Amino acid sequence: MDTTLKVEDLHKKFGEVEVLKGVSLEARTGDVIAMIGSSGSGKSTLLRCINLLEIPNSGRVTVNGELIRMKALPDGTAKPEDMKQVERIRSKLAMVFQGFNLWSHRTILENVIEAPIHVLGVPRNEAIERAEALLAKVGIAEKRNFYPNHLSGGQQQRAAIARALAMEPSVLLFDEPTSALDPELVGEVLQVMRKLAEEGRTMLVVTHEMGFARDVASEIVFLHKGQIEEKGAPREVLSAPKSERLKQFLSSTRH
Amino acid sequence: MDESLSFFLSIAPTLLAAVPVTLTLTFFSALIGNSLAVPVAVASLSPNPLLRYPSAFYIFVMRGTPLLAQTYLIYYGLGELLPGTWVQKSFLWPYLRDGFWYAIFAFSLNTAGYTGEILRGAIMAVPKGEIEAARAYGFSKSLIFWRVTLPRAIQICLPTMTGETILLLKATSLASLITVWEVMGTARQIQKVTFRVYEPLIAAGLLYIIMVFILTRLMMIVERRINRHRLAPV
Repeated sequence: MDTTLKVEDLHKKFGEVEVLKGVSLEARTGDVIAMIGSSGSGKSTLLRCINLLEIPNSGRVTVNGELIRMKALPDGTAKPEDMKQVERIRSKLAMVFQGFNLWSHRTILENVIEAPIHVLGVPRNEAIERAEALLAKVGIAEKRNFYPNHLSGGQQQRAAIARALAMEPSVLLFDEPTSALDPELVGEVLQVMRKLAEEGRTMLVVTHEMGFARDVASEIVFLHKGQIEEKGAPREVLSAPKSERLKQFLSSTRH
Repeated sequence: MDESLSFFLSIAPTLLAAVPVTLTLTFFSALIGNSLAVPVAVASLSPNPLLRYPSAFYIFVMRGTPLLAQTYLIYYGLGELLPGTWVQKSFLWPYLRDGFWYAIFAFSLNTAGYTGEILRGAIMAVPKGEIEAARAYGFSKSLIFWRVTLPRAIQICLPTMTGETILLLKATSLASLITVWEVMGTARQIQKVTFRVYEPLIAAGLLYIIMVFILTRLMMIVERRINRHRLAPV
């Protein structure tokens, strides 16, 4: 299968603190990679370095075979060589945030058509047609004319997933998509994500939902202190962890 | 009383005829001033000191000096500088002899200073997550500004901007001091001609109250429409 996303030797420092210490990762088309680890392990930063919301100090990110060109700066940081390229690649990597981050001045439908129209240049009618199908898919078709503030957290997150799907992305990046939700709303979002995994979408999911990771992921990556401590198929990683760290982590999260 | 009433009625047509002058002064100054406020606010938030400091200085001067002084300076200052230059021969000259355009110029610059500062605060109050979402979806910087930051910021500061526009409407009375016969100036003229002190002032006051009332109603409709997302769902 094709490699959709390739991350090589990613380093990221915040001031003096090194959050990522050389992380490499590969996602082939259809892979669902669950990234687990305790808070501060760098899993969210890794995700945010992939679409350059955070600029990594060094390392390479390749999407659909296209390397994001970076320029090293004398102070040890780096910056993108070409913002246009970054913007184009970002539009292929749709992100779903912990806090939803829907545009609160636009209706749910407007949220979903916004980027396709203004970034991808999709004609308005076509974008609306597609958005309506996507909203139906995530189960909130009847909320199309509501504003985000009028929806529950679970509904907002499903709208955010529809917004991500509208980009027809190569990879979906989920940054703790259920962490800000009330417990009874987590299920509806996970259910939508399961459906997407079954469709064969390439997904990178930072999560604390071990059940989801076990059942849905094709690979689990365990991060610890900015490095990949262990990775592999969910069954192996979760039932027979090799590293001491992962054993500790699993015993503290398992209920 | 009867005599007073008939006096009010007798000056009403003259005063009412000045209402459009006050309203056009307000409208154009608000339009131009609030538009100029956008670059002022953006510059004041720029990481580039060559943009940030001039903008901060501009806001400081506009808010720190009396509007009347600004109006006089522009009217008499420019009025003295321009004749003899190419401007006198240009098509603009017929306009530039008229105090009306100087008044709009002065009020616009002043409004740009005040609203620029208000808008600066509102831009800073736009939730970071919404801007980040736009970045993550491949929006360019300018697209983020026009589609997310600015519309959100205007929502946030609209009630304050309504207040500013009311202040502006009343401040247009200063135009009477540079020969623009809007409502206040007309009332002063009536005073001089009729030797009546109070009635023209009271009549002018009533007209201002009515104009402000209508303006606030209009802005309420605009606010409702723009802030739909905060209201209960329908």
